[in-house]
Amino acid sequence: MKLGSFWLWAAVIALLGAALTIFDLVPVNAFVYFAGYVVLQYVVLATAWNIMGGYMGYVNFGTAGFFAVGAYTSVVLYNLFKAPLLVMIPVSGLVCALLGLAMGYLTLRLRGVFFAIATLALAIVLETLVINWDYVGGATGAYILRAREIAPFGDYIEFLFFVMLLLAIFAVGTARWIERSKAGRGFAAIRDDEEAAECAGVPTLRLKLLATTVSGFLMGVAGAPFVLYVGFIEPSSAFNLVYAVNSIAMPMIGGATTWLGPLIGALLLGTVQQVATVTISSELNLLIVGALLIFFVIAAPEGIVGLVRKWRRTGNDR
Amino acid sequence: MFSLELLLNALVAGVLLGGFYAAVSLGLTVAFGQLNIVNIAHPAFVILGSYIAYMCNSKWGLDPILVGIVFAPVFFFIGIGVYRIYYESFERKDDEALRGLAFFFGVMFVIEVGLIMSYGVDFRSVQASYIGHNWKIGGIGVPTRMLVPFVVSLLMFGGVYLYMSRTFNGRAIMAVAQDRLALQLMAADPVKIKQLGFGIGIGTTAIAGALLIIIIPIEPSVGRLYIGQVFAIAVLAGLGSIPGTLVAALVLGVAESLVSTLYGPSWAPAVAFGILLLALAFRPQGLFGR
Repeated sequence: MKLGSFWLWAAVIALLGAALTIFDLVPVNAFVYFAGYVVLQYVVLATAWNIMGGYMGYVNFGTAGFFAVGAYTSVVLYNLFKAPLLVMIPVSGLVCALLGLAMGYLTLRLRGVFFAIATLALAIVLETLVINWDYVGGATGAYILRAREIAPFGDYIEFLFFVMLLLAIFAVGTARWIERSKAGRGFAAIRDDEEAAECAGVPTLRLKLLATTVSGFLMGVAGAPFVLYVGFIEPSSAFNLVYAVNSIAMPMIGGATTWLGPLIGALLLGTVQQVATVTISSELNLLIVGALLIFFVIAAPEGIVGLVRKWRRTGNDR
Repeated sequence: MFSLELLLNALVAGVLLGGFYAAVSLGLTVAFGQLNIVNIAHPAFVILGSYIAYMCNSKWGLDPILVGIVFAPVFFFIGIGVYRIYYESFERKDDEALRGLAFFFGVMFVIEVGLIMSYGVDFRSVQASYIGHNWKIGGIGVPTRMLVPFVVSLLMFGGVYLYMSRTFNGRAIMAVAQDRLALQLMAADPVKIKQLGFGIGIGTTAIAGALLIIIIPIEPSVGRLYIGQVFAIAVLAGLGSIPGTLVAALVLGVAESLVSTLYGPSWAPAVAFGILLLALAFRPQGLFGR
């Protein structure tokens, strides 16, 4: 890939999104925007998870916790001064970045598995806090009235779709940039052998904290528009385990070592899930995600990207 | 409102609850603490055990504890099967950190969704003659649905402890994570030993699951909450210490019971995870760790 061609593609996709949502070049059913929003949200979540999990080998089970904190930060901002979405997104991101930093600081000096367990614990502690916090609706949930229409997009969902599209491009671009930077090579060194990396002068703790912070920021950003998307938020929907499962399964299935993996995994699995939820039952579709995750970690540890690479390599040899 | 009687009641309830937690986390102490296998699907197996007890109880009126004991060997072999897959796919390739965790997470999720698909999300409970009585001893209530699981838990706990500390295989299980080579020099195959240990760990979940559904009605997703309890206990105990597990379980049971008496039951789930986070941050080697 030539230098800059990634950002060229990103600009083309953003313009296409704008053409669809603002100028309505092609008439599109509103459901496509509703479903597309969810798929793009998973692109952000899977990419964010992959910065920690794929690049560095530290598993975060608490995606749902970060996502929900992002969403509930929006609720607080809305309750305080009816903040607009463009304020909610950066503030939610910052709150989750701080959360990620604190989380990393508490656990990352231990073995990696303790980080994984602690993230799981964090999600449940946060859920209990939110359930007992009446200001944001407690266990019964909170309503947020969103405008029906917004200029120049027309229907509000088209606006949300466009925002999530930009966030997805931002997330994938960030992950790609990190992967190719000096920090990214440090991450890979930590993944392969943390002790050796430490001995070679890689500042492991600082890099790990950087990863949790960036990953937390992106997860919070993904959660921020959620309240406006659903209009009604309750702890059990915001802290749903499905977010955690999907954000692990998507990079694993796509291929966890590159930025392309979570993107492919999220687009593929996210679209299949959206279609399957409408056509088959939603439980069966979750069962398929779980089974696919198990199958891929056992049979194709490098994911789809790895399979394609292997296939290309054998093709070239012939 | 607050009185000594209330406090004593909460303490007794906490001790009874803690004894049961010891049974639930025993298998994880073996798998995680001694064998170094991070089995986050452990609580999901407990819930699976509960549903088997429920099914046999509602269909044929069998005693749930009896069902648990009968199914323990079945779970033992399931555990061996799971370990074989885990060993062949991850441990042998030295790849357990990321993919092994994701594997167990997938197993947990598949069990949970599978149970939701076959039984729905309604709460289920079992019938037995010893459920529903409440003995009063000097103003302190001792409900039999807590007392019976407490006694069974301690019996199972004692049995596993004796096996681990007195037999050759049991001692080998405790040794395998510490020094594989020494074990091989004693003519024991580390893989077979780990397989045995993991099988025992999963085997205990059949009984723990039966006890769980005696104590409270359950639905498939409650397993996730128990992840906090079992890992909090395993870490607090100082990984791998069986007596430490009992003490940590009692501490957690009493703490949860006090919190739900004083502040309301909706805070109880945060206790285990709070203890876990504090233990990880300040004393990761546990109360009884070296």
